[in-house]
Amino acid sequence: MLNNRFWIVLVLICGAYLAFWVAMIAATATYTSPQDVWKVLISREIQYSTVLSLVTCTASALLSLMIAVPAGYLMSRGRFPGKALVDAALDIPIVLPPMVVGICLLIFFQSKFGQLIEHVVPLTYTVGGVIVAQFVIAAAFAIRTMRGVFDHLPSRPEDVAMTLGCSRWQAVWHVTLPAARRGVFAAVSIAWARSLGEFGPILVFAGATRMKTEVLPTSVWLAWSVGELEQGVAVSLLMIAISMIVLVAIRVTGERA
Amino acid sequence: MIRLENIFWRAPAFQLEDVSFTVPDGRYGVLMGKTGTGKTTLLEIICGLRRPDSGTAWLGDRDVTREVPGARGLGYVPQDGALFSTMTVRAQIGFGPRMKREASANIAAVVEQLAAETGITHLLDRKPKGLSGGEKQRVALARALALRPKVLLLDEPLASVDEETQDDLIALLKRTQQEHHITVLHVTHSRREAEALGETRLRLENGKIVCDMP
Repeated sequence: MLNNRFWIVLVLICGAYLAFWVAMIAATATYTSPQDVWKVLISREIQYSTVLSLVTCTASALLSLMIAVPAGYLMSRGRFPGKALVDAALDIPIVLPPMVVGICLLIFFQSKFGQLIEHVVPLTYTVGGVIVAQFVIAAAFAIRTMRGVFDHLPSRPEDVAMTLGCSRWQAVWHVTLPAARRGVFAAVSIAWARSLGEFGPILVFAGATRMKTEVLPTSVWLAWSVGELEQGVAVSLLMIAISMIVLVAIRVTGERA
Repeated sequence: MIRLENIFWRAPAFQLEDVSFTVPDGRYGVLMGKTGTGKTTLLEIICGLRRPDSGTAWLGDRDVTREVPGARGLGYVPQDGALFSTMTVRAQIGFGPRMKREASANIAAVVEQLAAETGITHLLDRKPKGLSGGEKQRVALARALALRPKVLLLDEPLASVDEETQDDLIALLKRTQQEHHITVLHVTHSRREAEALGETRLRLENGKIVCDMP
C-alpha cells in the first residue's frame, strides 16, 4: 500500500508536468483557425524563413557533427592533464545566456583576427552568420551527446582491430563509428533541433532582416513585436511540428541523448 | 616464444615490478593471479596496447616493445570476445586479412576453414547479437587466427560460459594450439583450466611472477 502511494505520487508529479505542456500546446494550436495558419505559412516571407531555417539548421548540424565526433571521442577515451577543465570549457556555450554568445560573436568578428576571417567569408549580418550563431551552441550539445555515445561503447573491439593490423584511425573508422551510427544520428538531430530554436545569437550577430537573415524564431519575434499574434502562433505551430518530427526521429533510432 | 624482461608498470591500483618470464615456442602458457593484479595489463603490454614504463617484450627473436600492435603478428582474444557489433561473423573473421589487403578469394577460403575448425560455419551470416557466450568466444578465436599468428593471447576466454561449454572450448583451444603450432598465453582464474591446458604455468602475485610449472 505504502509502496503504491510512492508510485502514485511520482506518476502525479510527472503527469502534472506533461499535462501542463499538453495544455500549452493545445492552447496554442486552438488559438487560431487552420485556414489562418495555412495563409501565414504560404506567405512569401514565412516560406523564405522556413527554407532558410531548414538550410541553416542542416549546415550547422553537419558542422557540429564534424567537431562533435572527434571532440566527443577525445573527451571519452583520451587521458590528458587538464581534462576536467577542457570538459567544463566545452559546456560554456550551454550555460552562457544566448544573447551573450551573440555579443561575443559580434565583438570577435570586429577584432583583427575576426576581420581577417570576415575578409574571406563575410559573416556578420549574413546567412553565414546565422549558421555560425547556430553552430556555436549546437556543437556543444552535439559534443556532449557524442561523448555519452563513446562512453557507452566498449573500447576493446577497437583494441582487437589494432592487433589485426588497423591503425587507430582505421579502428575508429571501421569498428567504432559504425557501432556509434545511431548516436551520430542522435547528435545530428539534437544539433539540428537546437539550431532550429536558436534566436538570441542570431538576432545580435546576423540581425533580423526580412527575406535576408530571417529564420523561423526571427519570424515569431518580428510578428510579435508588431502585434501580429496569428502570424506568430502559426510559425510557432510549424516549429512545434518540426520539433516533434525530430524528437520522434531520435526516439526511433533508439538512442537517448 | 613469448618473453618479457624486467617489465615495470605503475598504475594507481597496482604495479608490475620487474616481471620476467618466458613461454617457449609452441607451448601453452597459463597465467593465473587474483583480480586486479595486472594480468590483463601484461597481455596488453605484449599486444602493444600499452607501453611499459621500462622493460622489453620479445616475440620469437624480435624485440617488439616499440612495435605497433598490428605489426606484432599475434592474435588477441579479450575476455568477452569484444566482437564487432555491426559486422557478420564472416566479416569479423575476414577483418584482419581484409585490413592486410589479402585477395578476396584467400579471405573467403581462410574464413571457411577457420569457421569449420571452430564449429561456427552455421553462424557465418549472423551478427554477434544473440550469439551465446561460447559462440562468441569461438568467433573471437577464429578472428584472432585469421592472420595466422605465431602467438595467441587469451584473456579469460572461458570466464563467461557454462561448464559443459568450457569443456568443449578447452578441447578446441588444445586442438587449435597443436594444429596451428602457436605459442599461447592464456590468462585465467581457474585452476581447472590451468591444469587442463597449461604446459607452462605462471602466477602473478604482488606484481611479480611466480612460476608454478615452468
